[in-house]
Amino acid sequence: MSVETSIDAIFIEKGARERRPRNRLAMILVAFLAILRRDLVVTGREFIPFLIQVLLQPLFFLFIFGKVLPSIGAAQQSYASLLLPGIVGLTVVTTALQGVTLPLVLDLGFGREIDDRLLAPLPVSLVALEKILFAALRGLIAGAIIFPLAYWVLGSNYSVRTDAIGVIIGIMVLTALAGATLGLTIGTLVKPEQIGLMFALIFTPLIFTGCTYYPWSQLDGIRWFQVITLFNPLTYACEGLRYAMVPPVHGYTLPTLGIGWVLLGLGVTFVAFLGLGIYTFRRAVVS
Amino acid sequence: MQTETTEELAIEVRDLVKRYPRSKINAVDGISFSVRRGEIFGLLGPNGAGKTTTIGILTTSVLPTSGMVRIMGVDVVGDPIGVKQHISVVPQRSNLDQSLRAREILTFHAAYHGVPRAEREARAEALLKELGLEGRGHEKIRRYSGGMAQRLMLARALMHSPDVLFLDEPTNSLDPQSRLFLWDRIRAMHERGVTILLTTHDMEEAEQLCERIAIMDHGHILVLDTPDNLKKLVPGGTRLELRLRLPQKVEASRGDGAVSSDNLRALLEQLPGRPRVEELPADDGQEHHDIRSFRLYGEEAGELAVEAMRVVSASGAELRDLHVARPSLEDVFIFLTGRNLRS
Repeated sequence: MSVETSIDAIFIEKGARERRPRNRLAMILVAFLAILRRDLVVTGREFIPFLIQVLLQPLFFLFIFGKVLPSIGAAQQSYASLLLPGIVGLTVVTTALQGVTLPLVLDLGFGREIDDRLLAPLPVSLVALEKILFAALRGLIAGAIIFPLAYWVLGSNYSVRTDAIGVIIGIMVLTALAGATLGLTIGTLVKPEQIGLMFALIFTPLIFTGCTYYPWSQLDGIRWFQVITLFNPLTYACEGLRYAMVPPVHGYTLPTLGIGWVLLGLGVTFVAFLGLGIYTFRRAVVS
Repeated sequence: MQTETTEELAIEVRDLVKRYPRSKINAVDGISFSVRRGEIFGLLGPNGAGKTTTIGILTTSVLPTSGMVRIMGVDVVGDPIGVKQHISVVPQRSNLDQSLRAREILTFHAAYHGVPRAEREARAEALLKELGLEGRGHEKIRRYSGGMAQRLMLARALMHSPDVLFLDEPTNSLDPQSRLFLWDRIRAMHERGVTILLTTHDMEEAEQLCERIAIMDHGHILVLDTPDNLKKLVPGGTRLELRLRLPQKVEASRGDGAVSSDNLRALLEQLPGRPRVEELPADDGQEHHDIRSFRLYGEEAGELAVEAMRVVSASGAELRDLHVARPSLEDVFIFLTGRNLRS
């Protein structure tokens, strides 16, 4: 009967708790932090698979395009330095985006594992916000690890400006947030059976029209394509990082999209998809 | 029932309507009821009656089209966060967090609800024990059986000591042993003063657990009362079920006037008190085709049974089984809707 006593204690203690008024804001904050902690625990437990998942592709890109092609004369030695910002931008965006989208599609579709968090005492929009913050954090970690990885893979071809680290970090943070809000919107609109289609219709164009592998300014000759790339948030991320990362070669500074346009592009993406994503999220979880 | 003051009510539902977008009919069509604190209340009805939608509205995951719902005096639309503090939900299908271990599912749930660390560890321990999951807390729940998952969801629901517990078809698809165990735990929660609202399409479950039952169909509440009072609604007090084997040779040789199932039925209808007689559909499987089952509704079961046995044996049929039943909630449902609950 000792079992009975301890369970009873839960409900006896509850009587005492009820008399202790709890501050509403504190309660919401506690719930929010507990949900964030849950994600940290889960990701921490599978950190190595996480790294392999997000870093293997950039690793090969850097090796083939930054090392192999220049070595066999199929690309200029300097290509590596303008490819690296693109790879960083791409990794940050896709990691942040997929960090929300894939789990959310499965969760809303059939797992419903998120229900327990939706029933926690906090607004459901904060559950969405937590997902954005956490996915953005994952994107930033993945993006940051690209730098030592590139240093190792590219060897003497590795060259990054060191005088604008603050700008690099700022653009990466904004990129991660924009990617995560985009992921929230996509994740609440796509159904589980459409995941394959989503990769083909959304991710592939996103990756190849985002100025990842080529600088925007040199698209002058293909004007229509240059215009199309401006509709892709990834363009602003890659160009912003090029602005802050690519050092002048023999006194020649690579022309990039202006930093003002970069901040505007990423900022608009973040704000627009934050609003849209939270709206679609609320509609998906409260019918 | 209007004498109760609002303070004594755990759940208050008034003129609740829910129509989903692009639907032509109301999933919930103007229902009203209230549940006292500490009561076990059942919503009984077939699939699609609107039970799950009702629970959804009461637990803030579905927005009502119109009407008013208050949980522990808090309005579900006006203050969903306030409502979530008071409630717990055990859903129909497992929604356990697959990335966590069983014990963590409990402790994280409590953490979301602000239960301090030492307290939530102690509660997880006690609840795993109470629900027969002792020693299984460190497992990933992929290895859990359906019954274990259901018990873990109940444990999770109790981690923040809710005032009102919502159970949506709690023992649906469980084996009989798990079902009895869960019923037992639900009663234990009731004894501790937790208000419980459960939905079910299982008559026995409603009868076993609930103090009051609302029978729902097509989004309406047809009746709401205690199980005993509901059973009084069915006319003809008791029910008699006969299973018998028709005399084969007789049936084959004698032509009309012989004991076919039709004239046996006629004979039964002639019994004192003129009971209503239904012939039940034949069982599937390898049963002989000359086995028949009849259901008789009458006032006085004992007398009816004696008379029915006399008629059957006089006809030359062989009585295989005789069963006297008090009316069940299933009979109430059939009486009210003309349909079987599972159809």
